[in-house]
Amino acid sequence: MQDGTSVTPYHYRVVRQFTVATVVWGVVGMLVGVWIAAQLAWPALNFDLPWFSFGRLRPLHTNAVIFAFGGSALIGTSLYVVQRTCETSLAFPRLAGLVFWGYQVVIVLAAVSLPLGFTSAKEYAELEWPIDILLAVVWVAYAVVFFATIARRRTSHIYVANWFYGAFIITIALLHIVNSAAIPVSMTKSYSLYGGAIDAMVQWWYGHNAVGFFLTAGFLGMMYYYVPVQAQRPIYSYRLSIVHFWALIAVYMWAGPHHLHYSSLPDWAQSVGMVFSIVLLAPSWGGMINGVMTLSGAWHKLRTDPIIRFLIVALSFYGMSTFEGPMMSIKTVNALSHNTDWTIGHVHSGALGWVAMITVGAVYVMTPRLFERRRMYSVRWINVHFWLSTIGTVLYIAAMWVSGIMQGLMWRAVNDDGTLTYNFIQELSERQPFYVVRLVGGVIFLAGMVLMAVNVWRTVRLTDDDNGEDNLLREDR
Amino acid sequence: MANHHAVIEKNIGLMIVLILVAVSFGGLAEIVPLFWQKATTEPMATLRPYSALQMAGRDIYIREGCHVCHTQMVRPLRAETERFGAYTVAGEDVWEHPFLWGSKRTGPDLDRVGLRPITEQWHREHLRDPRQVVPESNMPAYPWLQHAEVDWSYMKRTLTVFQQQFGVPYSDQDIDQQMAKVAGEWAEASEEDALVAYLLSLGQARREQRQ
Repeated sequence: MQDGTSVTPYHYRVVRQFTVATVVWGVVGMLVGVWIAAQLAWPALNFDLPWFSFGRLRPLHTNAVIFAFGGSALIGTSLYVVQRTCETSLAFPRLAGLVFWGYQVVIVLAAVSLPLGFTSAKEYAELEWPIDILLAVVWVAYAVVFFATIARRRTSHIYVANWFYGAFIITIALLHIVNSAAIPVSMTKSYSLYGGAIDAMVQWWYGHNAVGFFLTAGFLGMMYYYVPVQAQRPIYSYRLSIVHFWALIAVYMWAGPHHLHYSSLPDWAQSVGMVFSIVLLAPSWGGMINGVMTLSGAWHKLRTDPIIRFLIVALSFYGMSTFEGPMMSIKTVNALSHNTDWTIGHVHSGALGWVAMITVGAVYVMTPRLFERRRMYSVRWINVHFWLSTIGTVLYIAAMWVSGIMQGLMWRAVNDDGTLTYNFIQELSERQPFYVVRLVGGVIFLAGMVLMAVNVWRTVRLTDDDNGEDNLLREDR
Repeated sequence: MANHHAVIEKNIGLMIVLILVAVSFGGLAEIVPLFWQKATTEPMATLRPYSALQMAGRDIYIREGCHVCHTQMVRPLRAETERFGAYTVAGEDVWEHPFLWGSKRTGPDLDRVGLRPITEQWHREHLRDPRQVVPESNMPAYPWLQHAEVDWSYMKRTLTVFQQQFGVPYSDQDIDQQMAKVAGEWAEASEEDALVAYLLSLGQARREQRQ
């Protein structure tokens, strides 16, 4: 936006674009989420319209929040972090511009094609084959920009955040290409190359590592830069970061079968998946400990800096959901939790608590620097946003825990004579209050995102902050 | 250790290679053997390929995202077989491209829905207005399916792909027969006809096997 007058040696244009996209898609994706939550509580809201029905909008919600919001945040922050930590400007800035526009085209195509019912049926990989191919091309261009920038670094070592971003970029390419392999019969219809139990295994190898590499490794890369920067403290343990990095990326790839417990996937695969899922607790908590302990000697900042609060609470939710995940992957627990709202609660403690809150923290750290401001327009609003996010997340996941465990218990309840105690509809009708509480939690979280959008808008547009003080950054750099 | 690791930290090419090595084991160990395991590759003896109408219904099931709220995977747990019927085995799904096991039961499992004592007419009324039949249901209504004609434009290609690429035992004659029906009695079939035909087919292989 201000490249001509900028004094920074770094290439920020594409980072600014992705940061704005992150805020916009965050609001849009969560708005769709709020809407489909309402549809589950009041089915009349499907309005009997094909492109407005839950079955088509739910993939739109997941794709929008994971790939549009999360993806824009990951690509944007990675291109920021790689420049700062390699002390060099971006390699191939024009190609980086193409990555931005190419990625946005993929998002818009997804937003149009999913409500039209074009879907491969594979969770988090619903896009049909022409969009898949476009995404693969954009992704390779992104990898070229990222790794070429590392190759021209002025530092001798590659900083730890870039290991995580790098693993995320490489592995997502691998997962996407293998899982999306399909035979087309028209421009909008294809059939998965794999069949039955094999297709299920491939899908959840992909699906769990969309969590492991998109929503975990990538965001850990984000954590390894923005937490130390905002706390102004070095990373707690260099050794721990080495050990948990390699353990995390190697172990995650084995955990997929826990999505298929008690299915017709062969038992050996389920058991292997369960063992590795439990082991995964260790490298996951390694990352959490390394992040939280970075605040050693700076704990007082939690009292005064709402951005630190976002980052540390995000890590706390990360620790909670990476404890819950291995627990749910134990077959006896999974027998109760699988197919219920508990899974939805687990996902959102990761997605809202960890992914969204660490992203929000990063946006608040980065936006003033990108747009040459001293600070965000309103720090008070950041604090309000923090409480909206926390309360919204807790309401959401608590409602889903209760609802999910209730479902599991009612489905398995039997009378003394061995007959089932409840029919399916009796259980379904008990969910209503929890669906409403979940909706309220979602609305509160979304309200925080809207507040952030206004805050970012004012930071970029106004030269004063909310106290009326000059907010322009002139000579510092 | 830290000193040795510095070698990797200074060489991005080496780091990329080692990342690829680290992430490759899981998939190699868990996916590749399944291609050679009888349980996952041999269809159940009583499995029948879909008719063109059922196949079209399956495409509509996918398009509307029915799998988002309905599983097709009865787990071998007592309460589950009591509620839905015989548990699912891999041999039933060998020809399922893609698999439609689902991951969430907002509504009940459908893997045995074709065996339930409910009529075709019940399915039609339920699809048009679920709450007319089940007042507590939160399922969306699909009233447009009865008015929309099936898009048959790529059915020949679909059946051929399943025959030649996926090894589903359609003979050339079978495909010709199915396409004759597509041109004849099913030419003006509604999407609801197709979807109901698909739903009624679910579980039939297991019933035949048990008989």
